[in-house]
Amino acid sequence: MAESPPRILPRPTAATAPFWEAAREHRLLLPLTAEGEPYFYPRAFSPGSLAPGTEWVEASGRGVLYSYTVDRRGTAPAFAARAPYVIGIVELEEGPRMTTNIVECAIEDVRIGMALEAVYEDVDDEVTLVQFRPV
Amino acid sequence: MRNGRRAAISGTAEWAPQRRWDTPMFGLEAYGKLAREALDDAGMELGEIDGILCTRLGDAPMFAPAAVAEYLGIEANFGEVVDLGGANATGMVWRAAAAIEAGVCDACLCLLPSVPAPPEPGAKPQAQSWMLGADAWGAPHGQFDAPYGLINPNSHFAMVAQRYMHEYDLEPRTLAKVAVQGRENALQNPKAIFRDQPITIDDVLNSPMVVDPLHLLEIVMPCAGGAGVVVTTLERAQQTGLRPVVVSGFGEHITHKSITYAPSLTQIPIVAAADRAFAMAGGGREAIDVASMYDCYTITVLVTIEDSGFCAKGEGARFVEEHDLRFGGDWPLNTHGGQLGMGQGGAAGGMSHVVDVVTQLQGRAGARQVGSAERGYVTGTGGCMSEQVALVLEGA
Repeated sequence: MAESPPRILPRPTAATAPFWEAAREHRLLLPLTAEGEPYFYPRAFSPGSLAPGTEWVEASGRGVLYSYTVDRRGTAPAFAARAPYVIGIVELEEGPRMTTNIVECAIEDVRIGMALEAVYEDVDDEVTLVQFRPV
Repeated sequence: MRNGRRAAISGTAEWAPQRRWDTPMFGLEAYGKLAREALDDAGMELGEIDGILCTRLGDAPMFAPAAVAEYLGIEANFGEVVDLGGANATGMVWRAAAAIEAGVCDACLCLLPSVPAPPEPGAKPQAQSWMLGADAWGAPHGQFDAPYGLINPNSHFAMVAQRYMHEYDLEPRTLAKVAVQGRENALQNPKAIFRDQPITIDDVLNSPMVVDPLHLLEIVMPCAGGAGVVVTTLERAQQTGLRPVVVSGFGEHITHKSITYAPSLTQIPIVAAADRAFAMAGGGREAIDVASMYDCYTITVLVTIEDSGFCAKGEGARFVEEHDLRFGGDWPLNTHGGQLGMGQGGAAGGMSHVVDVVTQLQGRAGARQVGSAERGYVTGTGGCMSEQVALVLEGA
């Protein structure tokens, strides 16, 4: 059997570790600006103000599909074996947008604006990816 | 004009994009070869060049301008590495023009060689270039986008197309028309990879879906290539045998890297870049005789037309349907065939649009000459609709 490239998995840094640790506990954590606005992705400093970012809020895990595409042939080699699959941008109830995959949904049923909820994919003992499925 | 100086493009060089490149060259070699051809085109001497604009080169990954100066055997008063992807070419041209008008230097090479290097003996397997930097330790996109497959620009631009179709009136047939009319222009360009292959709207719509809603024939063919221009003072350009092409307006705007974090998926950075370019040029959009817009995908062209202000927001589809975009049409666009018709000569792809308009303004476009063109508009688009540059060019 031909060896397929390994999955691309996140390598957390000090600034992002709380997000990925929460994901392992099946919780969606968002960083907050100094004004208390949730943003994404986590950074050492808030975008737009550069205030040091240390505060987090637990998000509802609900959102709507903002845009998506179907990767029909695996535009990156590590994804060829999974194609076709859906790459989505979810707009969270709290405001920020996240990149995700739309899972547990037939490709032909995917629609912009559809209601989604987070579902947690435990890839291994170390890493859990935040995916979304239709509500 | 600044300090009483105006900058103008003179000579050009362009290699026909090829899927397979039979004569591998190192980056410095290819830069030198392009330089010789562009200088010969302008009838200028190498010793006149005192400005070097380049990207990082395979054999000069650091200190690239210094490596180029040494390799070419010149001394430079200005050196710049530009890292704007598809906007490199347009970004280089305005930086060169600004440096010349500021009096920093007098003649610049803006060259984008993009050919394979000779094979390296005992080379390790290639780095994961398809990761586009997302695999760098600490890169945010390696954590938050790449694990989900959002890596290749195909997917990012597909997100734009999908969202645009949701918000505005746009049918797949209209996007297909962009590819078809570009291809018709390419049929008259001897350097175009698809010069012998006309296509129809149905061909586009029947080509395989790659990243919904974009079909194979709406996506550029990656090739090797190389292209560039010489930018100098208007005064010096007037002494060459070529019509000087004045860089009369420019603007640049950068908003995001990954499309997920773009301020808008449907209003793109060219808005600010075009406004600035036209304000600087002191002339209106209606005076444009020929345009060349970065066409990595069909959707890029449609939104760039709209957000450059050639029609109202949301009217891009109607504009494309109502106009004939061929070189003989009422709104000539990408008369070289665009990258969709010519092939994307790697990093040189963006330069093909600069060369396209310069060639038209110099009256050297041969069978696809639009007539006497006085004023042209060029755009560059880098990354994932991340960074855009607008240029207004005028024949002097």
